[in-house]
Amino acid sequence: MYPPEFLYTKDHEWIQVDESIGTIGITDYAQKELGDVVFVELPKPGDHVTASESFGNVESVKSVSEIFSPVTGEVIAVNSKLQNNPELLNTDPHGEGWLVRVRLADRAEIDKLMTADEYEAYIQQEKAH
Amino acid sequence: MIAPPGVALKRTALNAVHRAAGARMVDFCGWDMPVEYSGITREHLAVRTAAGIFDVSHMGEITVRGPQALALLQYVTSNDVSRLQDYQAQYSALMLPNGAAIDDCVVHRFSSEHYLLCVNAANTDQDFAWIVQNNSFGADVHNVSALYAQLALQGPRAVEILEKVSEPDPADLQYYRFRPARCCGVEGILARTGYTGEDGFEFYFAPDQSARVWNTLLEAGRAEGLIPAGLGARNTLRLEAGFALYGHELDERTTLLEANLGWIAKPAKGNFLGRDVLLLQREQGVPKRLIGFVMTDRAIARDGYPVWVEGKGVGKVTSGSPAPFLRKNIGLAYVPPSCAEVGREIQIEIRGKLAPARIVALPFYKRRNWDKAT
Repeated sequence: MYPPEFLYTKDHEWIQVDESIGTIGITDYAQKELGDVVFVELPKPGDHVTASESFGNVESVKSVSEIFSPVTGEVIAVNSKLQNNPELLNTDPHGEGWLVRVRLADRAEIDKLMTADEYEAYIQQEKAH
Repeated sequence: MIAPPGVALKRTALNAVHRAAGARMVDFCGWDMPVEYSGITREHLAVRTAAGIFDVSHMGEITVRGPQALALLQYVTSNDVSRLQDYQAQYSALMLPNGAAIDDCVVHRFSSEHYLLCVNAANTDQDFAWIVQNNSFGADVHNVSALYAQLALQGPRAVEILEKVSEPDPADLQYYRFRPARCCGVEGILARTGYTGEDGFEFYFAPDQSARVWNTLLEAGRAEGLIPAGLGARNTLRLEAGFALYGHELDERTTLLEANLGWIAKPAKGNFLGRDVLLLQREQGVPKRLIGFVMTDRAIARDGYPVWVEGKGVGKVTSGSPAPFLRKNIGLAYVPPSCAEVGREIQIEIRGKLAPARIVALPFYKRRNWDKAT
C-alpha cells in the first residue's frame, strides 16, 4: 500500500527523493480521510516552501485541509492535471495525484521523516484513537 | 461537534451494519454516525437521480398527549398546530421567548389529543426539558426517542422501491402526511417527509428491527440504484435545497424571521413563546437576514468564513460547501438586510483573501414535478 521508496510525515504527506529533487503528495490515508477532493490550491514554480509549514490546501466536499511540506526548498514543478482533475488525489494519491516537485535546500531534513513501515504503524495508532 | 473526552458515543441499532459496509464513522453530536459509505458526491447524486437510504435513528422523538396537548403545542411551537388534520405533519420550531428557536422540528398529529415531535438528536434532551418546563397546561409529555429507529428513503425512485415492500401502497401518501404502515414486514409509522429536497419517506419503527428494514430496503432498491448515504450527503443535499440546519442557520440568538422562517410563525393563532418579538420584527425589520450565495470563481466557502460587502465585514457564512448536483460552490450566510438583495456581488474571506460571490434566490435547488408529487 505505502511505497517503501517514499518517506512520510505525521501530517500524511509523502515525498520521493531523487538526488536533490523531491516529489510530494498526500497519502492514501489522507485522501480517505478527506473524501471526494474537488479543488487543490498549490504554490507556483519558483515559490519557496518550508519544512512543516503549509504550502497549499486540499478542498473536499466535506472540508478543507492544509498541506504541509516535508522539506524546505524551491518549487520547480506543479502537477497541472490537478486543476481539472482534482479527483486524481482520490484515485491515485501515490502516483498521478502528486502535488509538487521541489529542489531540496537541505537534504538532511529527510532523515526526520518516517519510512513506510514507521508510517503504517503510525496510522494504525491514529485509527485506534 | 465532538463529545467531551471520556463520554461514550451513542450508537444506533445499525452501528455494526454501517461498519461492516465500510462506512467512515464520525462523532456527530455525541453519536457515532456514518458520514459516508462510497463517497459524498456519489451518494448525493444517487439521491438526486435514483434513491438513497439514511440511518437517522439518532433523531429524537417526543410525544405530547391528552386533552391539553394542543394547548401546550400551540404555546411552545411557532406554527399553527390547530391547522393539522389527523395523520398530517407540519414543519415548525420549538420557541424561546426571544423569538429564536431552541430547535426546529416536525409535528405529527395522530389525533387531536396525540402528537409526535421529531427533533434534532443533539437537542432532544433540552427540547424535552423545555417542553416540560412550559407545560403548565397539564399535557402528558414523554421522550420516546429510545423506542424509535428512523430510516429515510429519499430520491425520485423512492416510491417505486417502497411499493415493493410496504403496505398500504405508499404511492398515495401525500407530502407531509403519514400513517401506520407495514414496511419490510415491520410495523411502524411511514411519513412522506425528508430533508433532501427530493421526494421520499421516513419510517419510524422499533430499533431491534433496524437491520431487517435496512437490508430489505437496500435489496429491494438494488435495480433502481438505491445506495446507503451518510450524514455528509445529507448535509450537502439539505444545503442545495436551502433547508436550515440547527447549530448553523438556527441558534438561540437568531429569530425565525431572520432565518427566513417567517412562514412557520403564525401569530394569528394566539399567544406563543417569542410571538411578541416576531411581531415587533415584522413591523420594525430584522438586524440580519439569511441569504444564499454562489461563488463566482473556484473558491469554496465554509462555515464561519466572514462575508464582505463594499470593503466591510458584514456577516458570517453559516453553511458553505461544494454542491455536488449543481456543480457550484454555494453557501448560506447572515448579512444586514440593506445588503441582502438577490444579485448583489459580495465577497467571502477565505484564508485571508477575498473571493467573489453573488447573492442568489433560495432554494438553490428545487426538484422538478414538485407540485405533482405534493
